[in-house]
Amino acid sequence: MAEPLFTPEEQKKFDAGIAEILSHYPPERKSAGMLPALRLLQELKGWLPQDGLRLVAKQLEVTPERAYEVASFYVMYHLKKPGKYVVDVCTNLSCSLWGAEKMLAYLEDKLGLKAGEANEKFTLRETECLASCGTAPCLQINEDHHENLTKAKLDAILAKLP
Amino acid sequence: MASTAKAIEPVISAAWGKPQSWTLDSYRQRGGYDGLKKALEMAPAAIIDEVKKSNLRGRGGAGFPTGLKWSFVPKDSPKPKYLAVNGDESEPGTFKDRYILENDPHMMLEGIAIASYALGVHTAYVYLRGEFKFQAQRTQAAIDEAYKAGIFGKKMMGKDYELNCYLVRGAGAYICGEETALLESLEGKKGWPRLKPPFPAVVGLFGCPTVVNNVETLASVPSILAKGADWYAKLGTDKSGGTHLVCLSGSVNRPGVYELPMQTTLLELIHDDKYGQGMPKGRKVKAVIPGGSSAPVLGADELDVAVEFEALKVKQTMAGSGGVIVMDDATCMVRSLWRVARFYAEESCGQCTPCREGTPWQTRLLRKIEEGRGEPGDIDMLSNVAASIAPYPPIGLGNTICALGDAAALPTHSFLMRFRDEFEAHIREKCCPFGDKPWGSYGDWS
Ligand SMILES: Cc1cc2nc3c(=O)[nH]c(=O)nc-3n(C[C@H](O)[C@H](O)[C@H](O)COP(=O)(O)O)c2cc1C
Ligand code: SF4
Ligand code: FES
Repeated sequence: MAEPLFTPEEQKKFDAGIAEILSHYPPERKSAGMLPALRLLQELKGWLPQDGLRLVAKQLEVTPERAYEVASFYVMYHLKKPGKYVVDVCTNLSCSLWGAEKMLAYLEDKLGLKAGEANEKFTLRETECLASCGTAPCLQINEDHHENLTKAKLDAILAKLP
Repeated sequence: MASTAKAIEPVISAAWGKPQSWTLDSYRQRGGYDGLKKALEMAPAAIIDEVKKSNLRGRGGAGFPTGLKWSFVPKDSPKPKYLAVNGDESEPGTFKDRYILENDPHMMLEGIAIASYALGVHTAYVYLRGEFKFQAQRTQAAIDEAYKAGIFGKKMMGKDYELNCYLVRGAGAYICGEETALLESLEGKKGWPRLKPPFPAVVGLFGCPTVVNNVETLASVPSILAKGADWYAKLGTDKSGGTHLVCLSGSVNRPGVYELPMQTTLLELIHDDKYGQGMPKGRKVKAVIPGGSSAPVLGADELDVAVEFEALKVKQTMAGSGGVIVMDDATCMVRSLWRVARFYAEESCGQCTPCREGTPWQTRLLRKIEEGRGEPGDIDMLSNVAASIAPYPPIGLGNTICALGDAAALPTHSFLMRFRDEFEAHIREKCCPFGDKPWGSYGDWS
């Protein structure tokens, strides 16, 4: 038999989370909870496995295809298991005017990955404006935001990642 | 330049940076929720009139008069009504709403309460871009405080008026800032903009009347109620009331968010000691995008213009989302436009052919020119591709369902109009004249 998707602990969190999400919408609009439900699943598993998508779809009373369609539209959802740390570097205009492309090149070198590639530990991606243009350059590591980055600051942040 | 620009008492940013400014206690000590208290003693229609009189215009991009938008919501609809707060803040160059959410979320929540009471809304959704993790925590904590204090929930400050307010986080899609895509996303779908009309005020969330307002727009409402529409209107110009947040970024000495009177010019914003503190040493301005990356670019000789809807419209550009991006004379215009074009290609939702096909086409042509492979005819081709998405000068909506098409085409048109020489030089010299330093004086990194 296939391994269950959730540990009992995770299952509890998932059920409570879904109940909370559904309470925010009219009862006949369960499907509106799709984005928060996918976020919940990703918080529990680190990504969105197929079984999980099916489970979310069932809870929201939509087809699994619909869950997949939404999951694949938004860049923050991971349909494949990413590295332990997802590093999103903004290279949009204001950040590039403060060295973002150079910072990305440094990271590619340091992590041994090209933007768009992943290994066990890191997924490195180029991303669009993160609303940090006045404190450029910036990046996010697993959704934690870092700004006003210098080489020294970035090295210190990376060194702290277990 | 020394400080000569007219200064103002900040309305929105007054508490930023003060200890605990994000808490209900701090907000109350500053007169917070006094506007709501006043509003609850007024008839809903009178509140809408007050907001109309204030000349408040939307801060999300389009500058639509807020009171007027509110008045489009049908009064006798049997359906529930909704308020959707637009905190998607993804327009490149824009980073103001995040500071409201971080520093003073109750100011926005009070705006939500006032708007909801005036409109007969009992459910409000605050939609924040997915990347705003910290901002979402701050906002949720403030919402929780507001429930506990009896502002949200079954009663509103003692009055029999139920309002529920829910935070929803997006998941990384610029297009969800477009109001109908935002509604689709709130309904749990991919962010595909809807054809308008019908407008959201009539057919919005779940098919019900819905007002979509930007975070800063709503944060501007409490002071209008507390201090009066006349006071607010007088802070601004004839057609646009109040003060507004402007985001300054790019090749300038002191980037940041500044609260400005409507009359402040781009020159003042860039050079004044209170604001940008001028250009990097030995450098001059080459180009300025005045309202987020979707706004047509201006040249160095066009900057004596107020950073404000009407004044910028005269220059065939726009105040948009308040994102002012400065490029100095060591910046490559082809490289800059290429990066902007890539953004729109990346973020197009793919529904309309001109946008889906045109945005990557622009990007490929720009890359080719920047990499020194450009051929005679490429510039005209680029111009034609942009025109097939949306014509220039702008005549309202171009050939697409939503304004992302226009946003993708306008930069191309305006860069080519003002900096065509530089594009031609790339083709003639078969390389980028800026070599491996295309990003201006601050473009290095160490
Ligand atoms: C492509 C696109 C992206 C947009 N992004 C945002 C955004 O991030 N935040 C925002 O408030 N408005 C954004 N808007 C404008 C909204 O459609 C809408 O006009 C605005 O939220 C209305 O609020 P307001 O009247 O208070 O300005 C965007 C529009 C377009 C066409
Ligand atoms: S203009 Fe572009 S983003 Fe807007 S609906 Fe059409 S394809 Fe989608
Ligand atoms: S351009 Fe990088 S955060 Fe805006």
